[in-house]
Amino acid sequence: MHIDNSTVVLGIESSCDETAAAIVMGGNDVLSSVVSSQIDIHAKFGGVVPEVASRAHLELIQPVINEAIQLAGIGAERVNAVATTIGPGLIGALLVGVSAGKAMAYGLDVPFIGVNHLEAHLYAALLEEPQLPFPAVVLLVSGGNTLLIHMTAPGEYSLLGATIDDAAGEAFDKIARFLDIGYPGGPAIDAAAQKGDPKSIEFPRAMLHDGLDFSFSGLKTSVINYVRKNPGVSSNDVAASFQYAVVDVLVAKTLKAAQQVDAKSIVLGGGVAANSLLRSEMQRVGNGAGFHVALPSKAMCTDNAAMIASAGWYRLRDHGPSGLDIGAIPHLSLTGSTVRGNRGERK
Amino acid sequence: MNLFASSPIVTREIAAVVASYLRLGDTVVLAGEMGAGKTQLAQGICTALGVTDPVTSPTFNLVHSYAGNDATVYHADLYRLKNTDEIADLALEEFSQQGGIVLIEWGDVGDDIIGEHLEIRISLGEEDEARDIEIRAVGKRWELRWPRLVSATKSFASVDAEWDDL
Repeated sequence: MHIDNSTVVLGIESSCDETAAAIVMGGNDVLSSVVSSQIDIHAKFGGVVPEVASRAHLELIQPVINEAIQLAGIGAERVNAVATTIGPGLIGALLVGVSAGKAMAYGLDVPFIGVNHLEAHLYAALLEEPQLPFPAVVLLVSGGNTLLIHMTAPGEYSLLGATIDDAAGEAFDKIARFLDIGYPGGPAIDAAAQKGDPKSIEFPRAMLHDGLDFSFSGLKTSVINYVRKNPGVSSNDVAASFQYAVVDVLVAKTLKAAQQVDAKSIVLGGGVAANSLLRSEMQRVGNGAGFHVALPSKAMCTDNAAMIASAGWYRLRDHGPSGLDIGAIPHLSLTGSTVRGNRGERK
Repeated sequence: MNLFASSPIVTREIAAVVASYLRLGDTVVLAGEMGAGKTQLAQGICTALGVTDPVTSPTFNLVHSYAGNDATVYHADLYRLKNTDEIADLALEEFSQQGGIVLIEWGDVGDDIIGEHLEIRISLGEEDEARDIEIRAVGKRWELRWPRLVSATKSFASVDAEWDDL
């Protein structure tokens, strides 16, 4: 099969809370991108949709796919390949997308491509900036992950560092809940921090000078201990100081990694990449050290299917399709298991 | 029974002793407030069971699994789940029925739908590093092992523990 700039890929994502579908042409031309939380679920289904349930994915997957095709202004017969997240994620949630994707591919008689969700995050920046200078260091930071990745070209990457306990986004969420300042935690901390003094409390920067791994569990406990001992403290000051401590470590380690591998670009990805201090500090410090800094839009940082379709396009071009015998792999790691089925082995 | 850990190292030692009494198919509920050290306990148990991969927080991914020496260890976190339907969707009992060892953080929110298990409740002590650890068995599965676990953890017993627990 010839893969080029007119090749249209349907991307499907159902690994965690979002049910998403997108149509992307030629690897980075996003014709549509639908995320379940964007459509009026209540009107369509007349009920509350649980955040974490394969049932919800099951109810949403077909309407979301249909909407993506419709918004793209194409017919389903124009789809040249179907790319779907096969892991990592919850098995029940993944299976919904994988089954729908395979059925679509089989029905349309087009190739199916199994995509690693973490790998797809690496393509999010390329969607908005196709000429991104390589090599790049990607900081992928979300509720479930805090990873530093060395990307030398699309599809070629290695892991430089990761959290040894809590992900950064999880720390944001838990501290927001502890301070009782609202949900979701990331934006709540971000907003409270604008009204607080980031230098009012000196929270620990764990492992700051210790290689490229991260640790945020101790910071979380330290914030909790501090507030217990200082019950009158301003939540805004705590939020600002906490956020400053997290961003300080994220930026310092990313810079260190970029210098270590002699990167040209620094790329942010994942839900925490929407944090305003992280964006401005990464830009300031990265540019100051001579790196190009790519900050994808918030819609591309968080879970979406456009990045799945994009990753699928590159994978199809460089490695060919997956077999339809490929299954969901809940514990797929970034650099670990293969995402090819038997029939999809590279020829 | 009530135990006392003066530092995270002691918390892990207690976790290791508990791990040595675990059998295939067991479920351990890890309870306690945020920042108390539930993940610390999970890490201690996993290490003692032979897990070599880093044991990270499963809060967002809901369930992580690790290869131990004799069993697959499943590490779940119910923190984000809001009702028992969502907990049921995780099908945690299938992991234990298949012979895995299941560790559940914030498991006390699903107490009524989690079957027989060992509960370890950890809470902040008076000192920053210190923790109070309370262990209890729910169901008959632990009946025979319980007295042995109690005697194996005797050296960690809290000084003001009520000895009639034994």
